[in-house]
Amino acid sequence: MVNLVLDDDARMLKDSAERFMADKLPVKELRRVRDAEDADGFSRDAWAEMAAMGFAGALIPEEFGGAGMGHVAMGLVMEAAGRNLSPSPLFATAVLGVSAVTLAGSEAQKADILPRVAEGKLLLALAVDEFRRHRPSQVDTEATPAGDGYTLRGAKLNVADGHVADRIVVSAKTPDGAVGLFLVESGAAGLEVERTVMVDSRNAAILRFEGTPAVALGDVGAGAGALAQVLDIGAAHLSAELLGLSLEAFERTVAYINERKQFGVIIGTFQSLQHRAAHLFAEIELVKSAVLAALSALDEGSERTPLLVSLAKAKAAQVADLATNEGIQMHGGVGMTDEYDIGLYMKRARPAAQMLGDERFHTDRFATLRGY
Amino acid sequence: MFDLEDFRADTRAWLEENCPASMREPAREDADRCWGGRNPQFKSEDQRLWMERMAERGWTAPEWPTEYGGGGLSKEQAKILREEMGRIHARSPLDSFGIWMIGPALLKYGSEALKKQHLPPIVRGEIRWCQGYSEPGAGSDLAGLQTRAIDHGDHYIVNGQKIWTSYANKADWCFCLVRTDPDAKKQLGISLVLFDMATPGVETRPIKLISGASPFCETFLTDVRVEKSQLVGEENKGWTYAKYLLTHEREMISGMGRTASGDKALWELVADAAGMDADGKLDDPMLRTDVARWDLDAMAFALTSERINAEAKAGQGVGAASAMLKYYGTELNKRRYELAIAAEGADAMVWEGQAHKGGALPRAWLRTKANSIEGGTTEVQLNIISKNILGLG
Repeated sequence: MVNLVLDDDARMLKDSAERFMADKLPVKELRRVRDAEDADGFSRDAWAEMAAMGFAGALIPEEFGGAGMGHVAMGLVMEAAGRNLSPSPLFATAVLGVSAVTLAGSEAQKADILPRVAEGKLLLALAVDEFRRHRPSQVDTEATPAGDGYTLRGAKLNVADGHVADRIVVSAKTPDGAVGLFLVESGAAGLEVERTVMVDSRNAAILRFEGTPAVALGDVGAGAGALAQVLDIGAAHLSAELLGLSLEAFERTVAYINERKQFGVIIGTFQSLQHRAAHLFAEIELVKSAVLAALSALDEGSERTPLLVSLAKAKAAQVADLATNEGIQMHGGVGMTDEYDIGLYMKRARPAAQMLGDERFHTDRFATLRGY
Repeated sequence: MFDLEDFRADTRAWLEENCPASMREPAREDADRCWGGRNPQFKSEDQRLWMERMAERGWTAPEWPTEYGGGGLSKEQAKILREEMGRIHARSPLDSFGIWMIGPALLKYGSEALKKQHLPPIVRGEIRWCQGYSEPGAGSDLAGLQTRAIDHGDHYIVNGQKIWTSYANKADWCFCLVRTDPDAKKQLGISLVLFDMATPGVETRPIKLISGASPFCETFLTDVRVEKSQLVGEENKGWTYAKYLLTHEREMISGMGRTASGDKALWELVADAAGMDADGKLDDPMLRTDVARWDLDAMAFALTSERINAEAKAGQGVGAASAMLKYYGTELNKRRYELAIAAEGADAMVWEGQAHKGGALPRAWLRTKANSIEGGTTEVQLNIISKNILGLG
């Protein structure tokens, strides 16, 4: 059975990650980069500090300069980032990119890329989606052998940090119809990058490949298997982020209804609000367990990992919707203002829920994996 | 560590030897459950043997001290026993409000004399207990109970009426909340007393429920003499003990949200009824979606029960977690049965007749509606979460 209790080391890491995000990357940092229309969409200085803290290399094996902390530990960092809506390359680079290179890359590629990622000097992205809703089986981008490598033709969308990544891992179909993973350098010929600022003030990009040179990431034939694992890892860590986001939105909402007065009384004394808050508390408790089970399963290499990941993502996405919808409703009019942070939580909840499969995608996958 | 492995091997061997084959499948109906008592009703010789063999080792109450007849097992050993019983799908040898409720309360709050008197017969399944809590005017507002106990020196005289007393008509003894101080604030004038159901003045009347069954009774108490020696803990401190017992009850009821070992998963029941399509999916997309949403919640809930138990053992527990588990577990169980009858359609509406096991499914479905009422309603649990965990109001 998966481990469901945090040990002392994990609790210390959780504290330090929460302190770091609250100090260095709080919600007002998101507002700053948004209002400044920052070209990167995040602070490179803060990312350098995150690298120094070991967060950038949390999932990188020690032999490649990382901390090799594992998924439960990295999930705690993602949860802290979710609480603070911290904009950073943590997800695109340190979770998706690192996992793709670690699982699919050749030894030489790992030695080339991973140490620089751990130092905070190289940013990565994973380009998978071609359709507006997550549908990883749909791969029309083509990889054609050319010399020692390949050329890519096609387009990807919703590529987190695609506009700043130094290396992009791309899923594409080879002439025999198999899906493999390919590595593209930023600025490569025939690569067009269109930055799209999203509702959460973060960045995703549309990437167009017009005969773009690429190399295979490791063995092309093993790419599809590695990609499936990377997508599970990504979904599990987004679930951890959604957990942090839901907890913070919930705690802020409870604090608000415990001070707001109407009819001469604190509105938190109304049973109609209390019962909805108590229900939301229970739902978030379920998300905590599902997220921890998914991350533990990843660390243990459990065969139940895909099932537990879909459980976590479906539940985390569903409850983040509820937490942010209730958050705005219970804040009332001020919840609709840009001045209050609660709206920013809703605006992050939806894209994070959709990325790598929303509640419906993962509920369907869960049912299929259960055998029905 | 080595000792625990030995214990597991010994337990496995003993269970192999002593658990009759017919006791290695889930209880299908009420008669499959063994309740013991002065006039025990055993459905089979195997059922009697199984209870007696387990009771002999104290394994009907595995973690109680051996001096009171219990198994004296550590938490780790008790977990191994549960796991080994689960492995062979062994049925509970004895269902008992004595083991689940009053026993733990006596261990925590009872005098040495009360423990010595009552605990060993509970372990042996010789005395069956019932719970005198709710009254016609005191349901969710339990502390408003009016059953009065008047002090007569060495004994009390008790008058009043209890309701929803589970199996009172079959029970031998009652643990009962009574008002000993009518002038104190309502929570401060309550005491917990024990009496024999054969005492003159105790009358029970079963209540027929919408499921057709009568597991609950009205219990009438008219000038019932209760010895002072049968007062649990201190006079007027009964509310403290009652809350402790309610926590136990909530934990017990919340377990209903989990699927018992050996039971079919909900989706398998639905698949039997609705069929599968050529792609191996449930042959009704709307039902499949509803089942999947339930299944997700049920799995996340089972993980949550496990996590909260593990955290409690590691000293990281959150108080009032039992209210959350009770709330969510009972609502899940109701959803489970709604889906089961939806899948079975008209077959699930058959109330009598051999082909449909005498309406077992609709009766079970109706029974679940009490889950979110008994042991503190859903609304009371939500109040507890709001006040004790969230600090609202």
